[in-house]
Amino acid sequence: MSWAFVFALAATAYGFKVLGLVLVGERQMPAMLDRCLALIPAALIAALVVKDTFSIGQHLQLDARAAGVGAAVIAAWRKAPLIVVIVVGAMVTAALRAAT
Amino acid sequence: MRLPLGFEKIWNDAGLRQVFAACVTLGLATGVFAVSFGVTSVAAGASVAQTCVLSLLVFTGASQFSAVSVLGAGGTAASAFGGAALLAARNSVYGLAMAPHLKGRLGTRLLAAQITIDESTAMAAAQSDATHRRAAFWITGCSIYLFWNLGTLIGAILGSAIDPKTYGLDAAFPAAFVAMLWPMLRERRSALAAAIGAALCLALIPFTPVGVPILCAALAIVVGIPNPREAEQ
Repeated sequence: MSWAFVFALAATAYGFKVLGLVLVGERQMPAMLDRCLALIPAALIAALVVKDTFSIGQHLQLDARAAGVGAAVIAAWRKAPLIVVIVVGAMVTAALRAAT
Repeated sequence: MRLPLGFEKIWNDAGLRQVFAACVTLGLATGVFAVSFGVTSVAAGASVAQTCVLSLLVFTGASQFSAVSVLGAGGTAASAFGGAALLAARNSVYGLAMAPHLKGRLGTRLLAAQITIDESTAMAAAQSDATHRRAAFWITGCSIYLFWNLGTLIGAILGSAIDPKTYGLDAAFPAAFVAMLWPMLRERRSALAAAIGAALCLALIPFTPVGVPILCAALAIVVGIPNPREAEQ
């Protein structure tokens, strides 16, 4: 690996991160745009959940993770603290893997 | 760096105590993945210094793993770079969402940009008011940064790691995201955006390069276009 590669990737990654913050910055956005931007976390986090649960690379795959995340959904629904939801998700997944 | 709240205030605040506890747990999971990144990176031909600089400066786990995996498998630098950049692109979308909550001095915002990642954005968005959002963003971003870089260094030097899958740690992140998503689902339009985002992502995974499905999920924000107040009148 070359240092040029390391720094090019670092610059690109930081560029992406800073782009959104600078683009919006201190600007007062039109109300419609504000309403849309406020929905970004819900849309992307939901997408992250299905990607992390049901896929490996470009392949869809149903495995122990689905059971773990399913248990996490039940824990979240039962209003368990965040830390409990995380531990339940990991432990159910690990237990199922150990059992099979 | 100046935290928006004093440490004592954070500790006396039940909501932020939960954020703290979750950050330590997620931080440990992050650390284990970071150790395995350190090992993978060195095995792929990077030096210990290069591996640590990747984590310090790039600080986007998925991009880093993708880059060293492609290089390690004998791929070209261009293909390693392209894949990693595609995975890093979603952080710009997070920046758009976080900007209204991260107003302040330019220096502070430039620092905030470096920790604008999945976890910090999600944890901030799960909070109910502006003060908690800001605090949750900084606490999460800084703790993940610490654990990620510490783990990378250990892995790069040690050269061996435990498999995060043995402890179900690969499920720890989606589980955490479920918990962070939960309070957002109470609002009807957020719930709709979440459902559309998840469906888009799932539908695109088999057909598009890694990183693209998450970016496309952002299209779900169009449900915010109609004005709910006008609709009531």
